[in-house]
Amino acid sequence: MRNELAMDLATFLVQCLNALQYGLLLFLVASGLTLIFGIMGVINLAHGSFYMIGAYLAFVLAPVFGGNFIATLLAGLVLAVIFGYVLEWLFVSYLYERDHLQQVLMTYGLILVFEELRSILVDNDVHGVPVPAWLNGSVQLGDLMQYPVYRLAISAVCLAVAAALYFVIARTRLGMMIRAGASNREMIQSLGIDIKFLYRVVFAAGVTLAVLAGMIAAPVSSVYPGMGAQVLIVCFVVVVIGGIGSVRGAFLASLLVGIVDTFGKVLFPQAAGVAIYLLMAAILLWKPEGLFRQS
Amino acid sequence: MSTNEMWRQRRRVVQALGAAGALGAVGGPKLAWGQTGKIKVGFMLPYTGTYAALGRAIENGFKLYVSEQGGKLGGRELEYFTVDDESEPAKGADNVNKLIKRDNVDVIVGTVHSGVQMAIVKAARESNTLLIIPNAGVDEATGPLCAPNVFRVSFSNSQPGLAMGIVAAARGYKTAVTITWKYAAGEQSVHGFKETFEKGGGKVLKELFVPFPNVEFQALLTEIASIKPTCAYAFFAGGGAVKFVKDYAAAGLKEKVPLLGAGFLTDGTLDAQGAAADGLLTTLHYADNLTTPRNNSFRLGYAKAYSTKADVYAVQGYDSAQLLGLGLRAVGGDIAQRQLLYRAMASAEIDSPRGKITLSPSHNVVQDFYLRKVENGENKSIGLAAKALADPGRGCTM
Repeated sequence: MRNELAMDLATFLVQCLNALQYGLLLFLVASGLTLIFGIMGVINLAHGSFYMIGAYLAFVLAPVFGGNFIATLLAGLVLAVIFGYVLEWLFVSYLYERDHLQQVLMTYGLILVFEELRSILVDNDVHGVPVPAWLNGSVQLGDLMQYPVYRLAISAVCLAVAAALYFVIARTRLGMMIRAGASNREMIQSLGIDIKFLYRVVFAAGVTLAVLAGMIAAPVSSVYPGMGAQVLIVCFVVVVIGGIGSVRGAFLASLLVGIVDTFGKVLFPQAAGVAIYLLMAAILLWKPEGLFRQS
Repeated sequence: MSTNEMWRQRRRVVQALGAAGALGAVGGPKLAWGQTGKIKVGFMLPYTGTYAALGRAIENGFKLYVSEQGGKLGGRELEYFTVDDESEPAKGADNVNKLIKRDNVDVIVGTVHSGVQMAIVKAARESNTLLIIPNAGVDEATGPLCAPNVFRVSFSNSQPGLAMGIVAAARGYKTAVTITWKYAAGEQSVHGFKETFEKGGGKVLKELFVPFPNVEFQALLTEIASIKPTCAYAFFAGGGAVKFVKDYAAAGLKEKVPLLGAGFLTDGTLDAQGAAADGLLTTLHYADNLTTPRNNSFRLGYAKAYSTKADVYAVQGYDSAQLLGLGLRAVGGDIAQRQLLYRAMASAEIDSPRGKITLSPSHNVVQDFYLRKVENGENKSIGLAAKALADPGRGCTM
């Protein structure tokens, strides 16, 4: 009889890779959420929908570009920036002075609208998106398991985005304004910085990050109704653990959630669903503001 | 007086006035209600959301049989009422009461979602309304919650698993790992598999669960690879089924640990699964290539009436109408004769497009299960997995 808690080294290392890979993808979605939440003060329930929109864009645009993955990705990102920009201008810009309840109502309404549009424009079926041919191989790990190259490529993209985000936020003028905006809105406004424009850029960036995550995840996750909802919940857990508004915190929290979720499923299959919430509870007891609260 | 009662009274007055007016106009003889009025059939099905297509197929199948009978069952015309249950369990009790209390239906046909089904079964038991379940497999409906007025023509969640366990043991697989979402339908399916697989000499090494509706499988695939069973049994449906089958193939497990599943793993998902699903074995009570004359004529009739291909849900709707028709014929259309009606339905032999079916003592369908192999984007039957397979109906005292 196999011991429930025993795990050989090879399996352990593969599971670590699984955890890392899942955590990095979570970060891509959660980073946008934490930016919008922390800097603009908007509780954006529609963030999961952006992830869904990304996945559906990958599905719809792929035939348009004859299956050229890079072209599809670039087109999707351009659309995402425009979409985020317009959405902020039309809807979200009215939410800054309102209380959280109204923000929740508006963004929840957006979820319903996006789901219904998805149903009308595409359909309610499940669809697959092909993995690009040049990433379609797999790497042999151990004697049974193969690891798809595409999953490794996803992790590489996520790491690159994380590095780019770090650079923009820590080293550029825009990043400085964003950090300033997160800690004191009135002050940077009085210093003559166009806060409206800044918000619009941040929102568009947040939307684009989620759309990017949806697009690159589509080939492995497939595309189906309601796919944004579960991502949204896990991302809120990540944002709360990491500290609202902190990209660094979101990065660390994503990896933590990835590890806890992966090993929770394997070691305690009966209680796998609650593992990440226990993690959140434990961290909030220890640090009520999350790991890296921006304030 | 409660609002509901007021509603009912008002409706009765309106109905009586309407009926009197109609009679006055044609000057016809007085009709005896109960035996000659229309039978009220209430569809409680999902007409919006993920399961909308299933709800429509069930209603289409039902109406196809009725129209084949010249628009009457047991000599009585039917009047239809519909409620969209949205596959929303929280609204289940309210929605079913619209049919029972507001519309006063004689029979409820519903539904697809197991959670909503529980609410319908409870309401049907309390009000003693005839209920025919055209899809939802939740074991309890014909287990602990079984009742003389509750019938199911689809399947119980355990049934495909029970059938696949027999196949796996017969193929000489010694060990297995099961994987499913942690919710009732998945657990019941997995337990069905385990029951017959272990009875046949196999051993389930580990039962893996994913929180519903989470689709992050990578960690558990690694676990399957490290346990190295001789086969794996999976229960997933819809988007989860697509992702699981693709991930399983991408992890290189498909060639080394044969994947077996309940039919839902590859039903309505093959286009999205693509090559990853090729060769998978599943068990279900229907297959795409059954060429019996009965099935051929059914599929032709369905295609003519609705210009779309029939599926397993259409079959289940069709058989719901057949079951009701057989019962009504036995009582000469007098639906008030409850005892006779139920007895006739319970002992009915239905000539279904899927093959002959009967009902078990707990009123769940007894049917053949087909072993199906995915080939060229179709679930092709490659033989019988189990003949006249019955759900044990545990917990049913009736």
